[in-house]
Amino acid sequence: MPIGWYLVLSALIFCIGAAGVLTRPNPLVILLCLELMLNAANLSLVAFSRMWGGEDGQVFALIVMVVAACEVTVGLGLIVAIYRRQMAINVDELNELHG
Amino acid sequence: MSPTTFGWLILLFPLLGTIVIGLSYPRLSGRAAGWIGTAAIALAFASAIGALITILGHSENHRELTSSLWNYDVTVGVNAQLSILIDPLSVFMALIVSGVSMLIHVYSVAYMDSDRGYTRYFAYLNFFVFSMLLLVLAGNFLLLIIGWAFVGAASYMLISFWYRRKTATQAGMKAFVINVLGDVGLVFGTFFIFKHTGTLDFVSAFRDVPHVFTHNQGDLVAGCLLLLVGAFAKSAQVPLHTWLPDAMEGPTPVSALIHAATMVTAGVYLIARMHPLFEQAPAAADVGAVVGCATLLIAATIAIVVTDIKRVIAYSTMSQIGYMIMGVSVGAYSAALFHLMTHSFFKALLFMSAGSLISAMGGEQSLDKMGGFRKAMPFTFICFIIGGLALSGMPPFSGWLSKDDIIAYLDHRGGAFEVLGILGYVGALLTGIYTFRMIFRAFFGTPCEEARELEQGHLFHAEVPFNPQTGEQEDTDVGFPGPAHHIAERDPVMKAPMGMLALLAVVGGVLQIPGIDNGIQRFLAPTFADSRLVRDAPSTGSDWLGLAVGAVIAIIGISIAYRVWIVKPGTSTKLRERFALPYTLFVNKWYFDELIDFAVVRPAQWGGRFADSVLERVVIAGGVTGSVTGLVRAGSAAVRRAQTGFVRYYAALVVVGLSGLVLYFLITST
Repeated sequence: MPIGWYLVLSALIFCIGAAGVLTRPNPLVILLCLELMLNAANLSLVAFSRMWGGEDGQVFALIVMVVAACEVTVGLGLIVAIYRRQMAINVDELNELHG
Repeated sequence: MSPTTFGWLILLFPLLGTIVIGLSYPRLSGRAAGWIGTAAIALAFASAIGALITILGHSENHRELTSSLWNYDVTVGVNAQLSILIDPLSVFMALIVSGVSMLIHVYSVAYMDSDRGYTRYFAYLNFFVFSMLLLVLAGNFLLLIIGWAFVGAASYMLISFWYRRKTATQAGMKAFVINVLGDVGLVFGTFFIFKHTGTLDFVSAFRDVPHVFTHNQGDLVAGCLLLLVGAFAKSAQVPLHTWLPDAMEGPTPVSALIHAATMVTAGVYLIARMHPLFEQAPAAADVGAVVGCATLLIAATIAIVVTDIKRVIAYSTMSQIGYMIMGVSVGAYSAALFHLMTHSFFKALLFMSAGSLISAMGGEQSLDKMGGFRKAMPFTFICFIIGGLALSGMPPFSGWLSKDDIIAYLDHRGGAFEVLGILGYVGALLTGIYTFRMIFRAFFGTPCEEARELEQGHLFHAEVPFNPQTGEQEDTDVGFPGPAHHIAERDPVMKAPMGMLALLAVVGGVLQIPGIDNGIQRFLAPTFADSRLVRDAPSTGSDWLGLAVGAVIAIIGISIAYRVWIVKPGTSTKLRERFALPYTLFVNKWYFDELIDFAVVRPAQWGGRFADSVLERVVIAGGVTGSVTGLVRAGSAAVRRAQTGFVRYYAALVVVGLSGLVLYFLITST
């Protein structure tokens, strides 16, 4: 199968994720969408890795997964902290840091 | 061992002494610090003797040795090495500095006994000796400047030694500021020389001088004049002399060591060391000679009228250094350096005797209150007389042979120098008068109360300690002089160095008797081998003629003093009334302090006030700082609006930005 299809799929997933991040106010959904974007990148990494026959891309993909796991941990921790303070789970209302 | 090894040892011991005394300060009790300091200087003196013996073992053409410990900085065109130059001149200076310092250390062991800052005093004193030795042994301009500045700093610390005395701290600051002015002159002067010779090393720079500089070339004259500024500041020559009389605020042994015997002679050493430069730039050398001559006369006239005994000796120091500066500037190198040596003997002796006398007065320094100490203090009296006779140039004392040697040389050079020589004789006359005025007023006449008490066997003590300048009450804690006073008659530790110096003041002259041994001249000859002026030395006959005239003038001076202050004690008051105008001039020190205040201090203060009110407040605070803060504030107000705090807005910006970048690269790649 030519590499193009993989890249098209990857781009689609990435765009879905990016659109989610930009449009949804719920931080949980934003985190999910971020995962989508990361995995889209993973997909293209693995695809390129197959194309060249090396394993560097696959190693990168594994590392991205580790980073993603960490990021989700932190993100969920933040959401739990927000909930405990009885604040709205809505990123648009968390705008204390404006200039 | 080679002479240079001894040279490094000369430097090592005083430095070690400073460090040991400074670090073990709380553990040293009694006179321990004093003896450690003395031992350090004694070892340095022994090393100097070692250097002398080994250098005499070399043949005359090989007595100029350099040694470099390491390269401090060698880069494009600059060779700054930690190197010393051992030649007859530096060995000669090292011997005088370490020898006289050693005796003064011994004297201080007793004299400073009760002072609460005893340990600190000896740490400073050792540091001073180290700096001075560094100055005279330095093998290049850089190390010379370092030693020069160290000496200034040590002088500051010792003048302000009694740091709770306001007059002392002010005198220290004055000395330091004027000395730094000299340092600046020295640095700029060095630069002018370096610009042409391209080396900082003495030996190679002086070797190049005749090739790179033409006779009286502008840059060379400028450089030499700047070097002279350094020499004038350090050696208290007009108009940079005002710090020296004020420096008498320091402890008396410090006055003896720094402000008479060693530090103030640094300028003389500098000119002697730089003689190849000055001989190529006679215009600058003539300035030195004229200033030296002016100083010797001005200082002598002031010394006739001041009443503070230490200041009388201080002005006589200035005057004598005037002779030396005049001597080295006209080429009478060995005579001037010989005078430097004998002067350090008899002047240190005079100061030590004055210290003993001041102790007997309970800290009082005014000649007006002294009188008749002859019977009460026989030893001090004899030392003072010996020092005084040597200072006024009575035969056969050492000062006669050295001072009149300088004047004989001036007369020999003829022309305008003859005038300087005659003025030198006028100075010699004044020297005799002021020296014996001091002696007659302090030791003769009706004994004062303190002298009578001392004859009964009681050493006078002031009821409350006081500042001899202002009369303010003091205590005897740290930062003020200690409670006990020591006089030479009762303390053999003070007696020994005074006796030694008295002996040297009498017989020191035998080192150079014209036509008989010429010891100093022959010893220093290798250093001045390249000098044109030295070859043109006066004959033995004219030398003796000069000495004879000098002796007659000294006798006349002393007899005038005898007539004015002993035979007819009221004469001085009458003379004062008769010559009211010159008297006012002299007693106000020729208004030099006021002149400097008017010409330098006030414009500087005015400039400071102007800078504060206009430059600082309007230009800096209003213009520069104000506009910059306004700019930043306006800029940040604009940027702040972009920070909305909406996370999705930031995310969108990132996405848009990245897309833009990707698009840009896509477009440019095709």
